[in-house]
Amino acid sequence: MAHGTAAVAKIDSPRSPYVRRRTTRGNYELYSWVFMRASGVVLLVLIFGHLFVNLMVGDGVHAIDFGFVAGKWANPMWQVWDLLMLWLAMIHGTNGVRTIINDYATRDMTRGILKGLLYLAFTVVVVLGTLVIFTFDPCPANSPAELLPSFCTA
Amino acid sequence: MTATLEADAPAPAGEIPSFTVTLRVRRFNPEVSEEATWEDFTVEAHGTDRVLDALHKIKWDMDGSLTFRRSCAHGVCGSDAVRINGRNRLACKTLLKDVNPDKPITVEPIKGLPVVKDLVVDMEPFFASYREIMPFLVTTGNEPSKERYQSPEDRARFDDTTKCILCAACTSSCPVFWTDGQYFGPAAIVNAHRFIFDSRDEGGSQRLEILNDKEGVWRCRTTFNCTEACPRGIEVTKAIQEVKRAMITRAF
Repeated sequence: MAHGTAAVAKIDSPRSPYVRRRTTRGNYELYSWVFMRASGVVLLVLIFGHLFVNLMVGDGVHAIDFGFVAGKWANPMWQVWDLLMLWLAMIHGTNGVRTIINDYATRDMTRGILKGLLYLAFTVVVVLGTLVIFTFDPCPANSPAELLPSFCTA
Repeated sequence: MTATLEADAPAPAGEIPSFTVTLRVRRFNPEVSEEATWEDFTVEAHGTDRVLDALHKIKWDMDGSLTFRRSCAHGVCGSDAVRINGRNRLACKTLLKDVNPDKPITVEPIKGLPVVKDLVVDMEPFFASYREIMPFLVTTGNEPSKERYQSPEDRARFDDTTKCILCAACTSSCPVFWTDGQYFGPAAIVNAHRFIFDSRDEGGSQRLEILNDKEGVWRCRTTFNCTEACPRGIEVTKAIQEVKRAMITRAF
């Protein structure tokens, strides 16, 4: 392009005022930062406990069938364990992806769409998972007894 | 005057050997083209020459239109931070022999700030962040009639962060800053650290409040790019972590 006023006009003023977007000065980012560390430590215990009980104890991985899972979810301890694992993992993971979107999305539009999809996925998984844990029926009617946990008396 | 090695006349003892080196400079002139282009310059350089000396040689002897900032040329003023071979360095503190002169040495403007021309960037966003953290002593009450006393131990607490020369090498090496330039950046946090941990200063909680922003210290991903880039050897990431810790102790 030749020297000309048309090209010159496109240059921003070098001293154009720089504006930082006004944001709320809450403690949100602080708590989310602390939560990431705390939930990470708790998740380590929960996940490795889960893996140990499912894959190592007794017959190990070969013991896993409908009866095994149903038996675990009939126990309130495992209900709480799995619920905690589900919620912590989902919030931890969602928050992690949220920061990644914040870091990489350059335009507000992209950022908004990606975060919308993320929160939608979060809601679906958490609601569905929580429902399953609490409404799970370990002894569905008319099922062959050898597939069910031992405490079913149908 | 350039000393060169003659093939038939062996160099006198103590003479510094010279070599040719190619500088691949990122050129940008918005009055000519909106595209930035690479341009190669081959210069004769001594073993003791810095990248800045090579840039001078280009500007003075080859192409006077090459534009870059430099003031003191001795690593104190912080004017000539550029990206050399993909790393942020001060051109005046980087010896050519240390950045592999066998291959072309790339010299680019620092990233994340708008380029004005060639290697000159608009530093205003950087200084705006710096101003926001209030880089001055904040006190209450009457002025003391003598000095504000500080023990050597209290002084040592923030010694590292007093070394900042505001060259923007750290901030423009930060991938979070590259995205949208909204992040305060390591340099602003380092200079806040300098006052937050100063025993004479009373504006600490105000500064922590400012940096508790969505774009404040919590956007730091601890990639250590800033620590690696700092020409003054400030442990930038450590300073950021200390500010984070101060915020957490304040909140809980």
